[in-house]
Amino acid sequence: MAGFFVNLKRGLQKTRSGLVNSLKSAVTRQDPEELREELEAVLLQGDVGILAADRLIKSIQGQDGDRWQLLEEEMLRILEGEGENGERPPITTGGPHVILLVGTNGSGKTTTAGKLASKYAGEGKSVLLAAADTYRAAAIEQLQIWGERSGVDVISQERGADAASVAYDSLSAAIARNMDVLIVDTAGRLQTRSNLMDELKKIRRVLQKQGDQYPQETFLVLDATIGQNALSQARLFHEAVELDGLILTKLDGTAKGGMVLAVRQEVDLPVRYIGVGERADDLMEFSPKEFVQALLE
Amino acid sequence: MFEEISRKLDSAFQKLRGKGKLNEKDVTAGLREIRLALLEADVHYKVVKEFLSAVKERAVGNEVLKSITPGQQIVKIVHEELVKLLGGQSAPLRLASQPPTVVLLAGLQGSGKTTFAAKLAARYKKRGKRPHLVAADIYRPAAADQLEQLAETIGCTITRGEEGESPESITERAIRKARGDLKDLVIVDTAGRLHVDDDLMGEIERISAVAEPHETLLVVDGMTGQDAVNVATAFQERIGLDGFVLTKMDGDARGGAALSIRHVTGTPVKFVGVGEGIEALEEFHPDRMATRLLGMGDVITLVEKAAESIDHEKAIRLAERMKRQQFTLEDFADQLKSLKNMGPLDQILGMIPGAAKLPKGLSVDEKGLGRVGAIISSMTPTERVEPVIINGSRRKRIAAGSGTSVQEVNQLLKQFDMIRKMMKRAGKKGRRGLMPIGF
Repeated sequence: MAGFFVNLKRGLQKTRSGLVNSLKSAVTRQDPEELREELEAVLLQGDVGILAADRLIKSIQGQDGDRWQLLEEEMLRILEGEGENGERPPITTGGPHVILLVGTNGSGKTTTAGKLASKYAGEGKSVLLAAADTYRAAAIEQLQIWGERSGVDVISQERGADAASVAYDSLSAAIARNMDVLIVDTAGRLQTRSNLMDELKKIRRVLQKQGDQYPQETFLVLDATIGQNALSQARLFHEAVELDGLILTKLDGTAKGGMVLAVRQEVDLPVRYIGVGERADDLMEFSPKEFVQALLE
Repeated sequence: MFEEISRKLDSAFQKLRGKGKLNEKDVTAGLREIRLALLEADVHYKVVKEFLSAVKERAVGNEVLKSITPGQQIVKIVHEELVKLLGGQSAPLRLASQPPTVVLLAGLQGSGKTTFAAKLAARYKKRGKRPHLVAADIYRPAAADQLEQLAETIGCTITRGEEGESPESITERAIRKARGDLKDLVIVDTAGRLHVDDDLMGEIERISAVAEPHETLLVVDGMTGQDAVNVATAFQERIGLDGFVLTKMDGDARGGAALSIRHVTGTPVKFVGVGEGIEALEEFHPDRMATRLLGMGDVITLVEKAAESIDHEKAIRLAERMKRQQFTLEDFADQLKSLKNMGPLDQILGMIPGAAKLPKGLSVDEKGLGRVGAIISSMTPTERVEPVIINGSRRKRIAAGSGTSVQEVNQLLKQFDMIRKMMKRAGKKGRRGLMPIGF
């Protein structure tokens, strides 16, 4: 976990200097109105969102004790979620563990698929990638290059082919070859395009045809630089394909991981991974505690 | 685009409009909702603050309270301030007096640079220009392949790098070639980079020095949050910007970034990406956008789209026939076709005044329109002109031929009959022009 700290801190450097300094000055305000206004300004500028910001401010207002600690605790409570903080399904030997990646255009699905493949391959698992983004030009080639880098086979058809059929074939192949993990990369789509969301449902449906357990995990890949639209994405993708969690990408810029709070507060989905760079190993498991600590330290 | 803000502002003003006179309390209450709407739309916190104080200063003053229709007065003020915030005037791409015009694209990863490069090329190709694309992204796997495939679709030329060639060298070579080939427009697509990545920011500085672009455009994801301002400022400091492109605005992204960026950097938003298709690109018009923001609909864009997709001679002939009440099923099919040419119907719907008030998630049944087209295509020319002759057995044949049911054929004939009757009435009143069918 030491690696998590170093990498995350590197990624969050800019975030911290801005957010932390303003927060530190904000919590010292004595006048309640001033405290509220300054805290709100800082939190909203961090993309935390109005509801989560309100909750954080209330946790401090009128409370005795170390405000800094109070804030940290409340952030942690939000990130750990209301519902049971379910364990991820383990990777077993009884058939492939299928991970379906969904998200809007340019959120980083293909890169994340490549990183996940490399991660599992590095752990000694047998991995297969499915190029079910048959729409975007050169998406298949992009995934193939990621596959070559980590020595993972990519199942694909020609561009324009039926994405669901690619997914189905890939799962058949993964079962036949007795693979441990299958990662399905899908085309980017805006969550309001109902016809494209239907296509996604179909992908899920055909995977289930080969067993109710498939896909074991469906992740929404979210770009951390986006703002409140993340909520709409989380809600609508969840409605369509039942998400199991989120992967937050591009946390290495100045975008302030505040999105994590907003999404967890309003759509009860855990963050599973964060992406903090372009290298294959720049994908880390998400830990709420360390995330808050790194953010506030 | 912006439906959400429109809806919110609308409800805020609904309350204000209901009253004859407004006191400071009413105004403050209305503005609070506007504040929430703008913040939820990802407009930068500081920009919201400035905007509201400008509006409030004008609204709470005498100007509103003494006017006869204070609610409308506030709508007017908010609208004016929004237009100001969005940049006042529209800013088209400036073409160089000596071609080729060089356009350099920059932006974060995944903001939509490559797609925009292709859309821009397609746009100018359609206008009879000769665009040339440059694939200067040497990092993202298969980025050059992506641009090459898009270039092929558009039918325009492209320069891509040799093994190990630097982006600067690719750019230089491409511009030299474009000049020799008498191209009008060179569009340089660069790698996505973080504004805090010093190495890559240095690289784009060097690309810019080589390219000497006439227009440097920053491509920004329309869903970007508060960080948009930091990104824009950083790129502006390093390479100087002439404009922005706002992408992915066909979803429910409220595009607050547009307001923030324009206000904070003083650089105009020039284009808006509104879909995945190669033609889904619009010029940015601050006045229209502000109008749309307030739920008044974007009638001008709608009319322009219609003008682009409707065959004028056909339209005139149609108007004549409608006047003489000779409107046939064939004309009906033609109208449906031009309606579809205007773009995805849910987008068109968004431009119609008051459409923001329609229930969310309402979608237009495009498949239904397709079936109507199929039914009409399965009729004989005589049947299309004289639908009265379509009896039971003809109905069966048409349903079988179009893959629909007799009920659907019946329904269409009934609808068509109603339209004809409506036209008859309209004709009697002496009205002219096209009737928007399908809405």
